[in-house]
Amino acid sequence: MANAEVVLLDFWPSPFGMRVRIALAEKGIKYEYKEEDLQNKSALLLQMNPVHKKIPVLIHNGKPVAESLIAVQYIDEAWKDKAPLLPSDPYLRAQAKFWADFVDKKIYALGRKIWATKGEEQEAAKKEFIESLKLMEGKLGEKPYFGGESFGYVDVVLVPFYSWFYAYEVFGNFSIEAECPKLIQWAKRCSEKESVLKSLPDHKKVHGFVLELKKRLGIE
Amino acid sequence: MAEADQLLLLDLLPSPFAARVRIALAEKGLNYESREEDLSNKSPLLLKMNPVHKQIPVLIHNGRPICESMVIVQYIDQVWNHKSPLLPSDPYRRAHARFWADYIDKKIYPIGRMLWASKGEVKEASKKDLIECFKILEGELGDKPYFGGESFGYIDLALIPFYSFFYTFETLGNFSVVVEFPKLMDWAQRCLLKESVSKSLCDQRNVYEAVLEIRKKLGAE
Repeated sequence: MANAEVVLLDFWPSPFGMRVRIALAEKGIKYEYKEEDLQNKSALLLQMNPVHKKIPVLIHNGKPVAESLIAVQYIDEAWKDKAPLLPSDPYLRAQAKFWADFVDKKIYALGRKIWATKGEEQEAAKKEFIESLKLMEGKLGEKPYFGGESFGYVDVVLVPFYSWFYAYEVFGNFSIEAECPKLIQWAKRCSEKESVLKSLPDHKKVHGFVLELKKRLGIE
Repeated sequence: MAEADQLLLLDLLPSPFAARVRIALAEKGLNYESREEDLSNKSPLLLKMNPVHKQIPVLIHNGRPICESMVIVQYIDQVWNHKSPLLPSDPYRRAHARFWADYIDKKIYPIGRMLWASKGEVKEASKKDLIECFKILEGELGDKPYFGGESFGYIDLALIPFYSFFYTFETLGNFSVVVEFPKLMDWAQRCLLKESVSKSLCDQRNVYEAVLEIRKKLGAE
């Protein structure tokens, strides 16, 4: 498949956008990165994702693919000759999709509660967040990656949140490494890969972004 | 693949998610055992096979569990790829199918549930949202016989179980699907002509009864 024209509509702190950046980098795909201002969405974004009006949107030869997991799967299928992200075995594929869905259902929503709330609500979110991470740690086991010997779909789906851990820790006043040391080891291992290194923003920048966001939303 | 494939579905008749799996299994002509779960008294098998979410449906294939309805459907489609493909083969069309199944997941059940589980302003707002979703879905369907084009596919399968909820939405939401969304109704009737669908869907009245029970428990009556 020729790398005719690939455009990514994205927003630098978005973990969902990071997933697509990583997948594109893993496949060695050249693309044009377009930063969106979510307070002032571009005509292109509204045209390419009229249903949700959200980033990331991958545009391949003018045709849009929205929703990060769908975009990552699309990239894996359209550029299937290099760095496969999903396993070919149906059962292992189903497992990988299950855990990606788990990350979507839990990590983002709970993480948001950690920085956006206080008191009991925050404590409950922290507890469930750690439980969810521990569950994933258990799933990782002794493997270097969720994909086994090589970096794969679940790794791509989860690792972007590593860039948000510092912000969660500061606002939540807790240490993720203390609770999930193996997961942090895994995250650091992933971060050594160029595709991840180039796709994740600096965690202090993310923290600064969350501070600004809290101010704008009027959250203490 | 072993000659004697063992398929067990941890099931729930009124669940639209379980219905999706029933339809997929029927489309592929597969024999399976269906075990009805009581969600107020979940079986040890369910808790063992889906320890993370403790939800149905769970498909157990030769002893190994697969959870989450659309993950199960994709699994069935991949393993039994000899007939009735549910997803298209082209990557872009596959992405398109997944997008709309995801839209249905994010919107129809949660908003629908909000409509039938609440009262007053919340209920009115949910009704407005649900109607908006049906408008968008009708727009996506356009003049095609099915969402996937000429044949019944992934998106159709993802949505058609909610036909069982139309009576519930209409009665509790006070609107008519056939009046507001004639194209969607046409599409639903077309799908119901397929045996795999008609045999898999829960009767609309039974769903309504189940919903009334839940409303009672939630104190929404």
